Amino acid sequence: MAVLQFREALKEAIDEEMDRDENVFVMGEEVAEYNGAYKVTEGLLDKYGFKRVIDTPISELGFAGIGVGAAMKGLRPIVEFMTFNFAVLAADQIINHASKVRYMLGGQASVPIVFRGPNASAGQLGATHSVAYDSMYAHFPGLSVIYPSEPDDAKGLLKSAIRNDDTVIFMESEQMYGLKGEVSEEKDYIIPIGKAKVKREGEDVTIVATGKMYHIAKQAAEQLAKDGVDAEIIDPRTIKPFDLETVIKSIKKTHRCVIVDEAHPFGGLASEVGFLIQREAFDYLDAPVQRVCLPDVCAPFSKPLFDLWLPDAKNVIEAVNAVMYR
Amino acid sequence: MAKKKQEAVFTPIGLNKNNNGKVDKSVELPPATKKKHKELGLSDDDVIAMFDQMYLQRRFEERAMQMYQKGKFGGFLHLYIGQEAISTGTVFALNDDDDIITAYRDHGWGLVRGISAKEGMAELFGKATGCSKGKGGSMHFAKTENHFWGGYGIVGGHIPIGGGFAFANKYLGNGQISTCFFGDGAVDQGALHETLNMSQLWKLPCVYVVENNGYSMGTASNRHTVGEIHERAKGYGMKSALFNGMDALTVYENMKAIADDVRENSIPYFVEIRTYRYRGHSMSDPQKYRTKEELEQYQKTDPVERMKQYLLDEKIAKQKEIDAIQERIEEDVLEAVKFADESPFPEPDALYEDMFAGTPFIHDKK
Repeated sequence: MAVLQFREALKEAIDEEMDRDENVFVMGEEVAEYNGAYKVTEGLLDKYGFKRVIDTPISELGFAGIGVGAAMKGLRPIVEFMTFNFAVLAADQIINHASKVRYMLGGQASVPIVFRGPNASAGQLGATHSVAYDSMYAHFPGLSVIYPSEPDDAKGLLKSAIRNDDTVIFMESEQMYGLKGEVSEEKDYIIPIGKAKVKREGEDVTIVATGKMYHIAKQAAEQLAKDGVDAEIIDPRTIKPFDLETVIKSIKKTHRCVIVDEAHPFGGLASEVGFLIQREAFDYLDAPVQRVCLPDVCAPFSKPLFDLWLPDAKNVIEAVNAVMYR
Repeated sequence: MAKKKQEAVFTPIGLNKNNNGKVDKSVELPPATKKKHKELGLSDDDVIAMFDQMYLQRRFEERAMQMYQKGKFGGFLHLYIGQEAISTGTVFALNDDDDIITAYRDHGWGLVRGISAKEGMAELFGKATGCSKGKGGSMHFAKTENHFWGGYGIVGGHIPIGGGFAFANKYLGNGQISTCFFGDGAVDQGALHETLNMSQLWKLPCVYVVENNGYSMGTASNRHTVGEIHERAKGYGMKSALFNGMDALTVYENMKAIADDVRENSIPYFVEIRTYRYRGHSMSDPQKYRTKEELEQYQKTDPVERMKQYLLDEKIAKQKEIDAIQERIEEDVLEAVKFADESPFPEPDALYEDMFAGTPFIHDKK
């Protein structure tokens, strides 16, 4: 195992796939000469040149669409958004085109493209730079949505995403790029899309959390352990397709579940997975499923308000206490 | 006495404006080419084939309209009638492997790029035998094996995709060019600006073509956009052209020269082709935004009639031969209607097919 930063794991995945397939290229704002706004693409320009590492203007709608067209013609674009908050400008291309072209043309074309970049909040960045979009994209048929939490997951899943024959939304976090973790040194390390991972085994309660929220859940589990509560943490890693089986299996053991979701409450991952759990494991539950998510208000700037807004370990512990009737 | 305050006006006023009985045309047609087909490098057979194709597009849509009115199918139906010279002149000017993408007024483009009348009509009827297996309908005709990438329903949404084809062609160095067609309404979308800027910056071999048919749905060109459309190219330092779209030879002549330039020099072009849409925006359009006189003036320039007259005037074909073509096409189209009518609808399982090229996943499918 090698210890890599999250950004280095992502870069390794991109580098290996660019090396393997010359139709893979990277496009986005500041990806080439600036070496990436968050240095994910550092060094790729030097290695692969201007044809395959392409700086774009600030035109999310335009370059996302150029990526879609290029993918339809057989290329494998990796389109970087500086944040998924900006990808809202490209929503027409992702939602109306990338996800629908194949179906509406009766299978005559496909769109093997990866849209990637940081998702959700990253500190006090205000209302427009802080939204988690994973649940929103997961709503649309055809899109795979990946939101890994650790460097190892990031590498294996990004390689899968690039090789995938359909559109993948791959989400990261500005606050995780520097996170270090052990990454498999296995040659051609691939993690299949749609497989959850049990990241902490426990007997008392199942906590479902991915992306940045996984780390919140982990902190909570460590504190709970001191109080004698043994939490199991499942990181779905992929939002869609969602690995419900792993979650249900865990609940049949623990009989209690808390879902930690970085999105607002209405129609998010927590509400969908919560619904599925009650349907599939109703008789196994000893308490109603609880969720920890953002309140139904925009992200505030002010530090105390922001801290109140973002889920933290304390919120998770409270939810665990609720399902454990502690 | 205080001066009466004038009420604010935003969108320029259309029909209620006093124009002293003159026809207020929504587009001015530039003159057609004076060159004969042989001067353009087209054989007699070529121009007969062009007429054949234009007549097919016309009759296909006239029958489609009838079938729609008879309730044979639902959804939207946007007719290309009056604009057939553009699809035909263009496809004769391009190589067969050059890419074409267009908006929702796409039947003519599909037919000229090899969708048979049967496959087309069946698609309109939503049948499994349709070119898009009944999944797309009127707005999503496609035949990607012939480099016709389809019709798209979001105004301006396919413009960056057309640029993406050009990007891929340049990346792959395959000598193909991309052509992207849209209406004058799409000129007002931001997607066009972003794509034109990147296309010029990256020297993408793509021809962006505005089929200016005078109306963005029911809003006349001069009521929805400022200035001359083709002049926008200047803002990007892009080459541009403006020509008559009611004459297939004019379209051929211009598109041929443009395609050569784009292919040889890997550059984009912004082209305005002026045409006229005879029918309403879609089948539900009462067309109250234009006068009967305006419509009649343009119908005199009908591209199909014009081509027929050219064949006769130039003694390329006798009336009898033209009659034979028309009869054959009439039969083909009627046969297509019968085929569409008798074809099966997609099986229920088809609902879940064609979503994925790779491993399929359907959330919560029971």
